[in-house]
Amino acid sequence: MPNTTRRAVFGLVGAGAAATMLRPGRAAAATPADTLVIAKNIDDILSLDPAEVYEFSSGEIINNVYDRLITFDPADYSKPVGGAVESWTVSPDGRTYTFKVRKGLKFGTGRALVAKDIVYSLTRVVVLNKTPGFILTQFGWTAQNAADLIKAPDDDTVVLTFDKAYAPSFIINILSAGVASVVDSEVLTSHEANGDYGYAWLKTRSAGSGAYRIVTWNAKQAVVLEAASSYWRGTPPIKRIVFNHVAEATAQRLLVEKGDADIARDLTADQIHALASSPALAFQSAPKTTIIYFQLNQTYEPLTKPKVQEAFRWLADYQGMADSFLKGQYGVREGFITTGLPGALTEAPYHLDVAKAKQLLTEAGYPNGFDLEVTVFNTAPYTQIAQSLQATLGQAGIRVKLTQLDKAEVFTIIRARKHQATLAYWSPDYLDDNSTANWFGWCTDIADNAKTHTAAWRNHWLIPELSKETDDALLEPDTAKRNATYEDIQRKTRDSGPLFVLFEQNEQIVLRKNVTGFVLGPSFDTPVYWQTKKARA
Amino acid sequence: MGYAHRGWIVARTGLDLALTFVLTVAGLIVITFVIGRFLPTDPVVAIIGDRAPHDVYVATRIAMGLDKPIWVQLARYAGRLLTGDFGTSVLSSQPVLDDLGRFFPATLELATVSSVVAVIVGVPLGVVAAVKERTWFDHVIRVVALIGYSVPVFWLGLVGLLVFYARLDWVAGPGRIDIAYQYSIPPVTGMALIDTLLAGDLDAFRSVVSHMLLPVGILGLYSMAYITRMTRSFMLEQLSAEYVTTARVKGLREGRVVWRHAFANIAAPLVTVIALAYANLLSGSVLTETIFAWPGVGLYITQSLFSADLNAVLGGTIVIGVCYIAINLLADALGRVLDPRMRAT
Repeated sequence: MPNTTRRAVFGLVGAGAAATMLRPGRAAAATPADTLVIAKNIDDILSLDPAEVYEFSSGEIINNVYDRLITFDPADYSKPVGGAVESWTVSPDGRTYTFKVRKGLKFGTGRALVAKDIVYSLTRVVVLNKTPGFILTQFGWTAQNAADLIKAPDDDTVVLTFDKAYAPSFIINILSAGVASVVDSEVLTSHEANGDYGYAWLKTRSAGSGAYRIVTWNAKQAVVLEAASSYWRGTPPIKRIVFNHVAEATAQRLLVEKGDADIARDLTADQIHALASSPALAFQSAPKTTIIYFQLNQTYEPLTKPKVQEAFRWLADYQGMADSFLKGQYGVREGFITTGLPGALTEAPYHLDVAKAKQLLTEAGYPNGFDLEVTVFNTAPYTQIAQSLQATLGQAGIRVKLTQLDKAEVFTIIRARKHQATLAYWSPDYLDDNSTANWFGWCTDIADNAKTHTAAWRNHWLIPELSKETDDALLEPDTAKRNATYEDIQRKTRDSGPLFVLFEQNEQIVLRKNVTGFVLGPSFDTPVYWQTKKARA
Repeated sequence: MGYAHRGWIVARTGLDLALTFVLTVAGLIVITFVIGRFLPTDPVVAIIGDRAPHDVYVATRIAMGLDKPIWVQLARYAGRLLTGDFGTSVLSSQPVLDDLGRFFPATLELATVSSVVAVIVGVPLGVVAAVKERTWFDHVIRVVALIGYSVPVFWLGLVGLLVFYARLDWVAGPGRIDIAYQYSIPPVTGMALIDTLLAGDLDAFRSVVSHMLLPVGILGLYSMAYITRMTRSFMLEQLSAEYVTTARVKGLREGRVVWRHAFANIAAPLVTVIALAYANLLSGSVLTETIFAWPGVGLYITQSLFSADLNAVLGGTIVIGVCYIAINLLADALGRVLDPRMRAT
């Protein structure tokens, strides 16, 4: 062997040996016993200020960091219960509510939560008026009148006055939303800059009385929470929660399989199926308020014909999709209120019927169908649903051109109302039927500069009568009657118009078997961790 | 040649380099800025989300200065840049410089270690392959290099994780360090290997090494493939040159012929090749960073781009661009030292 080769070979062998020695022995399952590690895609977090939080991941986090005026018992999400307030009375005219503040709530500084904190919190949402601000300003609250309508006569009492006698269930449901989180007014006042109510400071931090505090938020890396020992419902058993940003579902699967993560949140239906037999893993699922719907822009002539709109409803293979690629992550839902919520419809009259659809298209004057551009997100399950629709619509002669784009790009197109048809998802902003009914059944002005942009507006669907019905439901004091109205609005939007619902989400997650007590709840911002426990693996 | 004249040449070369540097960076900023403004994604929608009310949309648009003409926006941005202000990332709500201070060291560390491995393995392999041209040794090396060059990093990463992490348990999985150590090591340099040593925590250091093995292996293989191929072809050219034949005829030992004569002559172009490979890794490997949940600058820029977070994209591009140009200039300077012929110009 020539010298050169020998030297090179020895060099390589040496390097290899060194590398082998460096190889550390891997200890088995690795997360510390007092820490819960969650593998999740958290790149949607834009802010952690409850006055601004509007995204899924941040909604979940602030639900565990702040107390809202009204909350839910994790054992029963159908009934709202007192959170930062423990009881309330309503004035005879139904416009003024007097709340009693719950005793024993403590902020991170150790100071007790009092009425002025609640007033400060609600007022700052109204004045800052960030994206979710409308949830409170729809009560007629403005920066100018807030001081008169949101008041604290003493430390234990909060008095809220509304511009109308809204349905009591509506008011209470709204006060369970993220914008009704109570922040520490003294801490925020000390961090105020240019009258921003501490917004710049709070965006990346926390000042709440909830079960956990935010220790670190490194965007696109991790959010770390630490338990608050003073939490009024009891000190949480888990001391630290780490939301680890893992964008790749396959990586999430490997992490939870190996025990390097305790919960994997974004696995695909196939992956969950594949893990089903693993003895170390448990599965949890919960029906969610998220729905997927199809929308037809009324600027495109064929889509304005009622018979064409009906034909579309007979051209989706609802059950076929649910049984095949959706694999339990989505179920058929044709009304916009989802399973388990008041007003949810039990019937689903539409199914795939190509002959009927063809007949309707012929009657509408389109015996040979027409061309249609469908714009969809380039992610699962939207691409698969769109492909299925493309096939079934094609059978009736509607020639679909699919345009698959990144989410933000699709949003840009839809907001500018430049689409013909798209698949979209919806999840209510607060747990009250009005949030969704308003989105699907309210539009009194389709002009570009209209004040309110709902799904109906986005598709140029002018519906003054339905809008009135939706508005009236807000003021209906009788809850049973109110629910019946939402059923009626649902049937009307289901059976006519350019918006039709296809599926509701059923969130599926995978946990290590030693993790118990984690509750997902029905909405994106309802998961709670304060009861979660982790036995020694 | 007088000293004064030499001094003038050095000064002029320095001035040339500085001017090239400034113009390239300026061009980079203008082009990235303009492209960013023509993206099909509305940056306002990206920040406030899909469903924000119209009045919030309008207010945010004005707050971001997007209602102004593009040249005004560019001028404002450039003005702030001169004061060292890269703006705030809308997604992280942090100054872009702070973000880069967290993301860039992760990439720097991965790229540096991978490059060192690639050079230590790749250069000798290339030399040996050239010396033993057309033997089985050469063929094996060429096939390995071909695999490293052509197999998608994404696939290789996933298979690597499946085999070495999930099945064999030899290495740690995605991430930079085990969760147990993640928030107990104070970040000093941002480079986990150095920070864990500074903290004197050997267990944490081993955890970091274990997490690095796979991504380093994959990026190293990718870089090594390139370096090996280039070394081999540079060497082949030299080995067929007349001076090598002369040296051999003179009876010099083969080792001396190969390393002292032939290899010395390829040092300059090889430095350029290595510098390029290093610069490539430094710009971040999006796919590798995605699979290994590695919070690096490639991932940062890509995610920011998808969310139309323009300050973040611009900041990231400028930092990487500056590194790229600096490494090239450095390689150029090194080349001049290593190769007398390049000094004349």
